[in-house]
Formats: sequence, C-alpha cells, structure tokens
Amino acid sequence: MYKPNNLILRTTTSLIAFILLGFAVYLLFAGHNAPGGGFVGGLMTAAAIVLMYISYGTEVMKKILPINFRTLISIGLLVAVLTGFGAFLFQQPFLAHTYDYFMFPFFGEIELATAMLFDIGVYLTVLGVTITIILSIANDQ
Amino acid sequence: MSNLAVLPIILPLLFGIILALTHNRIPLSRFLTKTFTIINLGVVSYITFRVFNQGTITLETGGWEAPYGIVIVADSLAMLLVLTTNIIAVACAFYAPHSLSERQEKYYFYPFFLLLITGVSGAFLTGDLFNLFVFFEVLLMASYGLIVLGGDKVQLRESIKYVIINLFSSMLFVTAVAFLYSVVGTINMAQIAERVQEVEQQGILTTIAILFFFVFATKAALFPLYYWMPKSYIVPNPVVSALFGALLTKVGIYSILRMFSLIFIHNIDFTHPLFIWIAGLSLIFGVIGSISTNNVKLIVAYNIIPAVGFLIMGIGVFNEDALSGTIYYLVHDMFIKAVLFLIVGVIVYVAGTSDLRKMNGLINYYPLLGWLLFISAFVLAGIPPFSGFIGKLLLLKGALSVDEVIIVLIALISSLLILYSIMKIFINGFWGEKQESDNIKLKSTKGFMGPIVFLLEFSVMLGIGAEFVYPPIASISEYLLNPELYIDSVLKE
Repeated sequence: MYKPNNLILRTTTSLIAFILLGFAVYLLFAGHNAPGGGFVGGLMTAAAIVLMYISYGTEVMKKILPINFRTLISIGLLVAVLTGFGAFLFQQPFLAHTYDYFMFPFFGEIELATAMLFDIGVYLTVLGVTITIILSIANDQ
Repeated sequence: MSNLAVLPIILPLLFGIILALTHNRIPLSRFLTKTFTIINLGVVSYITFRVFNQGTITLETGGWEAPYGIVIVADSLAMLLVLTTNIIAVACAFYAPHSLSERQEKYYFYPFFLLLITGVSGAFLTGDLFNLFVFFEVLLMASYGLIVLGGDKVQLRESIKYVIINLFSSMLFVTAVAFLYSVVGTINMAQIAERVQEVEQQGILTTIAILFFFVFATKAALFPLYYWMPKSYIVPNPVVSALFGALLTKVGIYSILRMFSLIFIHNIDFTHPLFIWIAGLSLIFGVIGSISTNNVKLIVAYNIIPAVGFLIMGIGVFNEDALSGTIYYLVHDMFIKAVLFLIVGVIVYVAGTSDLRKMNGLINYYPLLGWLLFISAFVLAGIPPFSGFIGKLLLLKGALSVDEVIIVLIALISSLLILYSIMKIFINGFWGEKQESDNIKLKSTKGFMGPIVFLLEFSVMLGIGAEFVYPPIASISEYLLNPELYIDSVLKE
C-alpha cells in the first residue's frame, strides 16, 4: 500500500490547527461588538478541521470527531431562531437583544450579550454547512 | 408593536428546522408536518381575523425604529395571501406522503416544504425592499431543493435552467434595489413611497420602476419572460408542482401589485398601459401554449401564464373594480392552480402516462377524479357562479369603465380557450368506452382525494359565497388606492 511520508504536514497541522481553533473561538466571542463573529469563526474552525482531514484522512477523523455535521446545521439554526423567540418571553419585539456586565472570578468584569447566543447559532450552522459541502465533494468518486 | 406579525414567518421556519432533525424517521416527519401546518393555519387565521377587525399590525424587529430597522407589516392584503398560502400548505402536507417516494421524503422534503412557506409568507409580510429580496432568496433556495428532489435526468436539466434564470433575476433585483437606494436613500417601502411622492417620480425613478417590473415579471412568468416556467414546473413531483404553481409566480405578482400601488404611482400614464399590453400578450401566448400540447401536466402549467395575464391586467387598469378583481382572482388562482396540479398528479399516477393520446375512458374507473376535474375546469374558466367568474367580472368591469375594449375581448376569448384546454383532458382522458380486452389494474386513489376536495371546497366557496368574500376584498382594493394608509401604519404610530 502506498503510504505517503507526511511527517512535516502532520507536525505542522497539530500546531496550526491549534492556533486556528483558538483564534476561531476568539473571533466568535469578539463578534457582537468588534470585528469577527459567528460566520468567520465558523469558517475558521471549518478550515482547521479540513486541514486535519487532509493530514490524517477520513477514517481517523471519523473516530476523533464522531459528529454528524448535517445535524449540526439544524442545531445551529434552532439555536439562532430560538434566540429570536427568547424576546417573546420579555414582551420585546422579535430578535430584540440585550446585554449586561457580570463579575467573574479570575477574568474580572465581562460584558455578556444575548447577541452572543445568536452568534453561536450562526457559528454552528456555518461550521456544519462548510464541512458538509467540502466532505461531500471530497468523498465524491 | 406586536410580535403576532412575525409569527407566520418564524413558525414554519422553526418547524422546518425541527423536521430537518427528524428527517430519517418518516412516519414521525409526516405526522409532525401535518400537525405543524394545521397549527400554523390556526395561528394565521387568528392573525388575519385580527387584522381585518382592528387594522394593520406592524412589528419593528429587534426594536429598531421604522425607517432604520426592518419592519414586518401585516396588512389586510398580505394576511389574505398568507392565509391562502397556509390553506394550500395544509392540503399539500396531507397529499405529499401519498405522492412522494420514501427516498424523497427522507431527503429533506418536509424541511424544504416548510422553508418554502417561510419564504412566501415573508415576502408577503415584509415592509422592507431589501428584506423582500432576502425572502425571495429564501423561497428560491427551498424551491431549488424541491425541484431537484428525486434526481431524474430531466429534473436536473430543467433545474439548471430554473436556477440560472432565477439567479439572473435576483442579481437584477439587488441591482435595482441599489439604484433605488442611491436615488431615494432608503429601503423602507413606506419611506420610499413618501420620498418618491415628494420628487414626483421623475424619469430616473420610472426607469428603476421598469427594472423592478422586469425582475418581478421574470419571477411571475409574464410574456415574454415565461419561457423557463412551464417545463421546469412539471418535472418535479406533483405536490411540488402544485406548490410552485400556486405560490411562486403569485409572489411575483404580489410584488408588482405592492410596488405599483404603493411606490411607483405618479407616472401611471406611462407604466400602466405597458402592463395592459403585456397582459394581452401573456393571455394570448399562454393560451396558445396550453392548447398546443397533449401533455396533461404542461396544459396546466401553461395555464399559469394567462392567469398572471389576468392579474397584471387589473394592475394595469388600476381602478377600484379592477384591483378588487386582481385580488379576488389572485386568491382564486392560488387555490385552483394547486387543485389542478394535484388532480393532474393523480391522473398521471393512475394512467401511468402524461400523454393525453394514450389515455381513455378513465371515468369508468375513477368517477370522482373525473368530476373533480370537471368542476375545477369550470372554476378555472369562470363559469358562473364559480370564483373565476367573479374575479373576471370585476376585472372586465374595471377595464370597460376606462374603455380598454381590446383587452376585454382578448380576455373573453382566452377564457373560452382556457376552458377548452382543460376540457380537452376531460374529453380525451375520461370519456370513452370501458376497455374490456385488457384487465386494467386499478390503482388506489385513497388519500389523494381528501386534500383535493378540501382545496376545491374553498375555491367553490369563494365563488358561491361571493357575497361574504367580496366586501373585505373591496376594502383591500380601496386601501391599496390610498397608499397614505400603508405609510402611516409604518412610519407614524
């Protein structure tokens, strides 16, 4: 069996994927009032996962990440839509958002916004869609 | 502010997402779809009832005020159409399990179906021009998914055509919105209307108006932009054809009606005679198409074109009678097109072919189906007392009061030919002797008839109960002729 010597690829992947995933999380949390957001965060996470798929192959990745990415799309959409519905409970117009400051041990005072929840929905959807598209093209014979 | 206005959009969206999660469990999906469409119909009926009694409901989404944020405007016209849409959705939800293969159901038919309803309701309800574009995209995305569902070779060919033409017109749509924005500096429909009125719709705005008309005419399949429509509407499953035929082209017509009764109404002498010309040509060419073919599905698909011709004729004449006629005919046509596509679906299923020359004597085996087709042909062509008659009567009355005699003659002649085109199915397919030589295996039509009868009931009631249906429709047309009412309901609270 042909076995490629991809030591360099694998070593750099583990480093780069780590950085990519970290930056993706940063973008996601910065999103609601600074450059970034669920969309870019999702794309960047997808980039990291695709990179891992390239260097480790589908078989291994299925064991590492046993996620059905198509279900992820629906869950992401559900989270985003339910955030809109959340406003109903407080007699606010659909999709109305609010924010407040909270004290956390170690991190100090942090602003938490409900727009964040919506962004997480977007993040999951984009991640699911991107990976589904790339994998279905990649698996095509 | 009332969140009621947004419910017809987000309930189907939420239900669609839930169904995407259960797509592998077909019996559950079927049950949930039926329940969800009924719940949705209930909610929409309540909102419609409230709008007709207490006036327009507007919602500024996210709490952003009117000219800046996106407004959802549930006025009487929009709610009437949303209600019609949801009645059709219920019928299709009950028809779909019998007509689709399990594979099609598994591959996300139900989520796409509900997303289509989301897009259509959104397009009716939004009060923001860019948002209208977004909802057009939502319903188009869902329709792309539905049209390829099944993956036959012919489906792929037609869907390429369908996707390309729709992408092109969507591109033009955004461009037109950008042009309009650069002139009036807003995309809130009420504010655009206000500002266009202030500058008295000069030349450039009329040009943009025609560009918009071009975009919506492509979506509505008007002459000469209908060439993509008939074939791509017949390739998917009958239930998908019914949804497309009943809803998609009508969204285009609704947009023309809204744009040219609210915004571009200060240069009527130029724009509206154009509509009448196009109406006449759509009537002639659509009818020629429908009597020229022997494919039963194509006959019904071609019949969409004269119907949009009638609708655009009312907008072109633009007086109270003609607009009432357009609204009446719009609702009537949504019902009857859904019914016809569903009936033709059953005919093709039981006859095993869509070629009229190969069918014979179906009435001996399927009497109910035959008589349903017979009634719907009468409803479609406008034989009194059915609903087509009342819509056409209003349209013709409106047209005659401004001396548009030629279009009236064209409309009358094409009505006769429409009747002929459907009767052709009845005469060739249903008449004839019982074939005794070969023992035909009867296919069960159980489950198909319920939804068809359900829809046809509404259609017939629309005509027989005209005394009760006409007053609210006349009030909508009066409301459309006073755009200040719309503007006030959005901008001044």
